[in-house]
Amino acid sequence: MAEVLVYVDHVDGAVRKPTLELLTLARRIGDPVAVALGNGAGETASVLAEHGAVKVYTHEAAEYADYLVVPKVDALQAAVTAVSPAAVLVPSSAEGKEIAARLALRIKSGIITDAVDLEAGENGPVATQSVFAASFTTKTRVSTGTPVITVKPNSAAVEAAAAAGAVEALTVSFSEAATGTKVTSRTPRESTGRPELTEAAIVVSGGRGVNGAENFAVIEALADSLGAAVGASRAAVDAGWYPHSNQVGQTGKSVSPQLYIANGISGAIQHRAGMQTSKTIVAVNKDAEAPIFDLVDYGVVGDLFDVVPQLTEEVKTRKG
Amino acid sequence: MSLRIVVTVKYVPDATGDRHFADDLTVDRDDVDGLLSELDEYAVEQALQISENSDDDVEITVLTVGPEDAKDALRKALSMGADKAIHVEDDDLHGTDAMGTSLVLAKAIEKAGFDLVVSGMASTDGTAGIVPALVAERLGVPQVTLLSQVAVEGGAVTGRRDGDTASEQLQASLPAVVSVTDQSGEARYPSFKGIMAAKKKPVESWDLSDLGIEAEEVGLEGAWTTVEAAAERPARTAGTIVKDEGEGGKQLAEYLAGQKFI
Repeated sequence: MAEVLVYVDHVDGAVRKPTLELLTLARRIGDPVAVALGNGAGETASVLAEHGAVKVYTHEAAEYADYLVVPKVDALQAAVTAVSPAAVLVPSSAEGKEIAARLALRIKSGIITDAVDLEAGENGPVATQSVFAASFTTKTRVSTGTPVITVKPNSAAVEAAAAAGAVEALTVSFSEAATGTKVTSRTPRESTGRPELTEAAIVVSGGRGVNGAENFAVIEALADSLGAAVGASRAAVDAGWYPHSNQVGQTGKSVSPQLYIANGISGAIQHRAGMQTSKTIVAVNKDAEAPIFDLVDYGVVGDLFDVVPQLTEEVKTRKG
Repeated sequence: MSLRIVVTVKYVPDATGDRHFADDLTVDRDDVDGLLSELDEYAVEQALQISENSDDDVEITVLTVGPEDAKDALRKALSMGADKAIHVEDDDLHGTDAMGTSLVLAKAIEKAGFDLVVSGMASTDGTAGIVPALVAERLGVPQVTLLSQVAVEGGAVTGRRDGDTASEQLQASLPAVVSVTDQSGEARYPSFKGIMAAKKKPVESWDLSDLGIEAEEVGLEGAWTTVEAAAERPARTAGTIVKDEGEGGKQLAEYLAGQKFI
């Protein structure tokens, strides 16, 4: 069977969930060959093997942390040369998309970004994308070169599938461009102990109706009772009530969880663009006319400061 | 010393309008108003601030690739304070994908001459956010992308990139390609004086032959991806809406339990 390269997103050897989802999707079109780069690359092999990687290319070098994006493009290009894959899959993070784009250009291949599903097709893999604030669904394929496809988190359920996972050191020679952009310092994001927003199965969001940074505690309490990530609308972020890293929407993050609970969010198009593909949508809002209610599976017209704490208590009780 | 900044901007269909596809599966631009992509306003703003903070002689050129109406996007950028504009317009560009767009931008940027390219983090219609990286790859210059803060000094650009897991400080020598996020700073509104001045600023029009690009390298024919189908997402079936009369939270919990979320 044809080999499919999967770029591994990991932090010091801890593989992030979207990569495991990619391995599941890769198996639909061929044998997954993983590419893990940088500090801890070797430690990713066992979990990648448990999820179907027949081979794991690893390469550790200081360049991956010291310079932006390009060293990773050089390495992925070396892997493409080594295996001539049927496709290259990369997680749709901001950096993942940049790596994929530069790789695609170098190997004269078309790129599809932000796929939400992937299937084998007669003329190569067919990717589903969700466009125009999720009001349209398109099916796209790459018509030139080796398909390079970035896939959004939560596009497939992670399935275990044991495979050889043979570790092989990748030979990489860095290009002149590799050292162009220096990373002069790096501050890791402080962990909140909550799931990562784009990966979470449940997202609880707050908007203008939360009316103050201190009131976000109400949103966080509900999120914690459900094991959910916390999101915020642009209005709440612009008001300084919650960090930009938690913003859901056109200029923030795009999320596609199993359950999205919007609290005090009116549902402007810019917000809908970031959450409309959520499987189940619930909203709590005082304004019965809020556009968010057009999207919901279940909506409560009421004051979030009455409804949300009551819901949180009920969740805690039911979970015992 | 002088600093030549090229700001790339896109004219996009208004997100609040009724966006859909034409028969050839390209974006239908006839039935919806267009405007300067909001995220590109931040790019224009940062170019203006770099200029205002610089001792050098700074010239800001705003560049777009698009149909006739895309001039509106250039006018907006000029009225904010950019010095001149370049409009790449050609019938053969219809249906060009991100790869083709990056080719046209790179050729035009080279022709215009540049020390720094400033772009928005993504367009508000395509939202992929890959064009700045592609332009950097084509130009063979450093990419310093997704910046929430940016500064240019002594022939180098520095900035802060807020990623999923960390915040990074970046540095590169000029020439370079920068992209900025909506956190980089509120974009200014054009003043009346700015709007009047914009009418007199030069707008050059270039076509593919001016850039040495063959028609088959761009457009729908030259795209390296093929859209096979586009379907309007079925409207969500009307959900259950209840009014909170004291038991709203409990009712919602009951619903979530029924859906097996609790």
